[in-house]
Amino acid sequence: MTSRRSARYMRNGDCITEDEQQLLSRARVCVLGCGGLGGYIIEMLARAGFGYLKVVDGDVFDESNLNRQILSNPDNLGRNKALAAGLHVQAINSEINCVPIPEYISADNVQAHIGDCDIVMDALDDMAVRKIVAGACQEMGKVYIYGAIAGWYGQVATIHSGDVTYPLLFDYHQRRGEEVRLGNPSFTPAVVAGIEVSECVKTILNKGKSLRNSMISIDLLNNEVETIKIEV
Amino acid sequence: MKITVRLFATFRENREKESTIETAPGTKVEDVVRTFNIPPEDVAIIMINGRGKTLKDVLSEGDVLALFPPVGGG
Repeated sequence: MTSRRSARYMRNGDCITEDEQQLLSRARVCVLGCGGLGGYIIEMLARAGFGYLKVVDGDVFDESNLNRQILSNPDNLGRNKALAAGLHVQAINSEINCVPIPEYISADNVQAHIGDCDIVMDALDDMAVRKIVAGACQEMGKVYIYGAIAGWYGQVATIHSGDVTYPLLFDYHQRRGEEVRLGNPSFTPAVVAGIEVSECVKTILNKGKSLRNSMISIDLLNNEVETIKIEV
Repeated sequence: MKITVRLFATFRENREKESTIETAPGTKVEDVVRTFNIPPEDVAIIMINGRGKTLKDVLSEGDVLALFPPVGGG
């Protein structure tokens, strides 16, 4: 007998086995930001079968989001992004416990929001806020999956407490990066989000090779993808 | 002394992604960054031989210096 639930995940095949599917259903993931990266990340986490998703964003959709933010459409402009994400997850799979938080993340609320999750997914667009979140994850022992984009370029790293990537990646003074000049097209967020979600799945399933103490640097303009090892 | 400089993302625009250059002993990261006409304040991540460093660190013979611009969008 094939249950309705296993039919949903049948095409995960041997890539994610039935036992592993159970592990995903028990995992608790927090997605910070429900815009370009966040929209794709939430879509993929929901389809993958994560059982608990907390989605956080204080912003509302506007017309300039339509070029890339998969959760935005002309009918929800002006609506909060986290609430839109919650509705979308429910539409994909009503069994997922999705908690939308329509707030901006800050030093004051970060610990409360990530506290009940195993993994924190970075879909933020402010480097100062990333620094706060990365620091909180270090302090609280949460796995932080860093992802950032600018134009044709992207970066992803998986950071556990005490990893050398933490001081290295967040020792900057900037608040915004090259995305101010280059913007963000439709495809870069999808690529970076895909790598972030694959890191999240592998972390929960404890399989494959992770981007711990390393960073993947993506250049879609020249088709160059490189994993840079960071020496301990 | 010889060092290798690796540039990433937008730093590659109109520049070689990797080059070996001749520098004087005592050269700092900041000096090399200026040689490439990159404003030092535009650099976000600096690595020498895969370890995190700052603009003020001094380079040694054979070092591989990697420079990344800030990538901050989401």
